Amino acid sequence: MKNYQGKAVVRGIAIGKLYVYKKGEQKVKREKITDSDQEVRRYIEARDKASQQLGKLYDKALLEIGDANAEIFQVHQMMLNDDDYNESVVNIIRTQSVNAEYAVASTSDNFSQMFAVMDDDYMRERAADVKDISERVLSILGGHKSDAFKMTEPSIIAADDLAPSETVQLDKDMVLAFVTSRGSVNSHTAILARTMGIPALIGTGIPVEQLVDGTTAAVDGFHGAIYIDPDEEKLKEMRGLQEEDRKRKELLQLIKNKETVTLDGKKIMLYANIGDIKDLALVRQNDAGGIGLFRSEFIYLNHDQYPTEEEQFQIYKTVVETMAGKKVIIRTLDIGADKQCDYFKLKPEENPALGYRAIRICLSRPELFKTQLRALFRASAYGNLAIMYPMITSVWEVQRIKKIAEEVKEELSEQGISYGQPQQGIMIETPAAVMISKELASYVDFFSIGTNDLTQYTLAVDRQNPQLDDFYDPHHPAILKMIQMVVENAHLMGIWAGICGELAADPELTKEFLAMGIDELSVSPGSILPIRKTILETNIESYKKDGNDKAGKTC
Amino acid sequence: MKEFKYVITDPEGIHARPAGMLVAEAKKFNSSIKLSKGEKGADCKRIFGVMGLGVKSGEEVLFTIEGDDEDAAYDAVREFMSENL
Repeated sequence: MKNYQGKAVVRGIAIGKLYVYKKGEQKVKREKITDSDQEVRRYIEARDKASQQLGKLYDKALLEIGDANAEIFQVHQMMLNDDDYNESVVNIIRTQSVNAEYAVASTSDNFSQMFAVMDDDYMRERAADVKDISERVLSILGGHKSDAFKMTEPSIIAADDLAPSETVQLDKDMVLAFVTSRGSVNSHTAILARTMGIPALIGTGIPVEQLVDGTTAAVDGFHGAIYIDPDEEKLKEMRGLQEEDRKRKELLQLIKNKETVTLDGKKIMLYANIGDIKDLALVRQNDAGGIGLFRSEFIYLNHDQYPTEEEQFQIYKTVVETMAGKKVIIRTLDIGADKQCDYFKLKPEENPALGYRAIRICLSRPELFKTQLRALFRASAYGNLAIMYPMITSVWEVQRIKKIAEEVKEELSEQGISYGQPQQGIMIETPAAVMISKELASYVDFFSIGTNDLTQYTLAVDRQNPQLDDFYDPHHPAILKMIQMVVENAHLMGIWAGICGELAADPELTKEFLAMGIDELSVSPGSILPIRKTILETNIESYKKDGNDKAGKTC
Repeated sequence: MKEFKYVITDPEGIHARPAGMLVAEAKKFNSSIKLSKGEKGADCKRIFGVMGLGVKSGEEVLFTIEGDDEDAAYDAVREFMSENL
């Protein structure tokens, strides 16, 4: 048994026979020519033929590996027909009076060089695309035929590296895994493996020239290893891993792109918490239904002076536009306590958690608050934006906020600046807000329960103090009762209620929250799919009948 | 002339496939469609130009569209971006 280590691009296990792919290289000679018009015609003919071939490969790929993978051949066609590429080839033929082969090879080198020097691994790898299309033209110019794969059973493909035009010839059902000696995580082999969902290892340094077709091998895509001619013990271990992996994949397949709805038909808004515009990519990857908590303070923390209305507007607008109609709940400034910003010049406090923070700063410095509100209302014209106010304890605060919001709208109207009608909600994160949630509900469109602060204030436990870890218990019956109360009062007054604290992503409590009637859960992007799984498996009514709902019993 | 900004959310940035699709979309219109990232700009109808910008996830790009069918082009490109990138 021999083993090699590489980088795993797709996790998974494959066990089977090796198929070793070795390719021949084309050599290009520089030759002087006399009739450059004739040479340009030769190039154009070869290019058109290459383009036709790519069209055929596209059709073949479309049937075999699907739309997403097939499109690379359309991209290759576009590259081949790109004006910049063609002008370069023709220019070299004419100005240097050289053969088409040499002009194509030089252009190929120049263009692939452009990608090779980019500061991005993925783009560097695109140099291979340029080489691939150029090789095709060279092959036609020189009358070469490309090598084909001739597997007789599903195999582990071992190669130095593979170009798209090579991978497309593969009969998909005949591939168990890819293992390349060179290549990067962004090579086509890697991309193809990702979409096909089959294990792939790259950069293993396997000695392709010495490998023999038909040798048994096992690919461990979890640990980046390939075992050639593995012993019985290793094989057994690999089979065990393979079975575990199969079960896990089944699960994920089941729940991505699915609506978040319980077995008895209650739809849940399952949203993501984010703290930076860069996290939008994660929101998308994990298939969140919207953004339930956008922490606007990152804008303030990233600046060394107060961010202007225009700066804020651009950021909010970008977020709602990027989320394309999905709900984006933006929380207004929550500075103070553990989040400090020098230019706010906040005085040191004895008790910052109980101090001058969040809405308290906004209400005592309305000019600062208005700047943010103007930006938010303006951005609300561009998508589904909602505004959420933090750290509420009293009805008068909400009345004051609503009054300021009305002033902002009037000012915008007077100035002829358009704005939308965003939903306005509050965070419920103090025991006071819980107790008066019924009254508060008549002023707002939604509640979002911030369980981190609610736990700290209810249990009188400073969450910054590590000595108190044993006392900080978000599962405390007092907290659960409070959540229940907030949801009931919200529904009584006809508004929705959600949770955006860390507790929302606690799988032990998901069913409990659903039984309480929660409408929205906002969690970190990575928790979306696991929580969705639990929701999809929950039947709220039968869960209640079984007498499981703790808060329901204690209330 | 019409403009809009967009932040790329696709984790791989404007990679080969969407770049190709964007070029195909841009070629449907007569208008000139330019894409820029900071100081660097490219013609949306030329794939090497678009890919050469090396736009990554989280980066903001600006589209500038000008010509007789700029309204239709603006809508189409915007929709394309939010659906694909």
